[in-house]
Amino acid sequence: MISEFDKKLLNIIQGDLPLSKRPFALVAKRLGAKESFVLERLNSLKAEGYIRRLGAFFDSERLGYKGTLVALAVEPDMVAAVAEVINSYPGVTHNYERDGSYNLWITLLSLNAEEEEGIISAISAIPGVNRLLNLPASEKFKVNVQFNLE
Amino acid sequence: MLDELDRKIIAAMQDELSLVSEPYRDIAAAVGITEDELFARLESYRRSGYMRRMGAVLRHRKVGFSANALCAWLVPMKRLTEVAMLMISYPLISHCYARVAHTEWPYNFYTMIHGHTRDECREFAAQLAEETGLKDYVMLFSTREWKKTSMRYFGG
Repeated sequence: MISEFDKKLLNIIQGDLPLSKRPFALVAKRLGAKESFVLERLNSLKAEGYIRRLGAFFDSERLGYKGTLVALAVEPDMVAAVAEVINSYPGVTHNYERDGSYNLWITLLSLNAEEEEGIISAISAIPGVNRLLNLPASEKFKVNVQFNLE
Repeated sequence: MLDELDRKIIAAMQDELSLVSEPYRDIAAAVGITEDELFARLESYRRSGYMRRMGAVLRHRKVGFSANALCAWLVPMKRLTEVAMLMISYPLISHCYARVAHTEWPYNFYTMIHGHTRDECREFAAQLAEETGLKDYVMLFSTREWKKTSMRYFGG
């Protein structure tokens, strides 16, 4: 179980951290704790796997990358092999197996449309991939992964 | 437009923020600017939307959100914005996009729903369906995570 203090700390650091020389001192102040204690707790929470990543999150599309969601219908007994090949592309940032006829769902970032086309055609040719749907976004309404711990 | 220094900064900002008292000092030094110059640029990325935030992403299973469903909806084109505004107001929805539809896959609207259990996700989706009057949707629960990373930009 995690302590009330850790929950509060995790809730705060999921928000926007202050851009200042000693951001953790400011977080500590909000919690009425010492900076050294906050750093110690963050190190532990990271080591225990609660924190996936602490850092800057950029908007890929604003930076000029082209993003899309791709759904694949893969032979059920070949999912692991197909996933491994797909994961070798650095632009594949998420790869989830899901229930349903389209059983592998990936997000792909590419430098441009040509690169995306090339990767998608290569992926569709992987043995075990039966069908593929390219589902680029027409509009983006929300991206904000924050969990309120109570 | 991003200049050469911006690309250098963004590439340098892709590692984890060090858990030390002054985590930006080494980053600024590596880029060859002062911390104040670094903050000025980062503030401008935040204002202009290049940077979504500086903060943490948790492992959702580890903090109790064990179930997640990609929920694909069929939404009439003229209702997209109205439906989106309602759905994004809920914290349990982390991602919300309109996407192109295909003849064999007619869904054109996607929400990522997080919950402690699958039933919680199902109940929440049913509530959204009720509130919007949308009847056609599928819930795609994840059964396995094969990859989840952050993109490395500009050779960072």
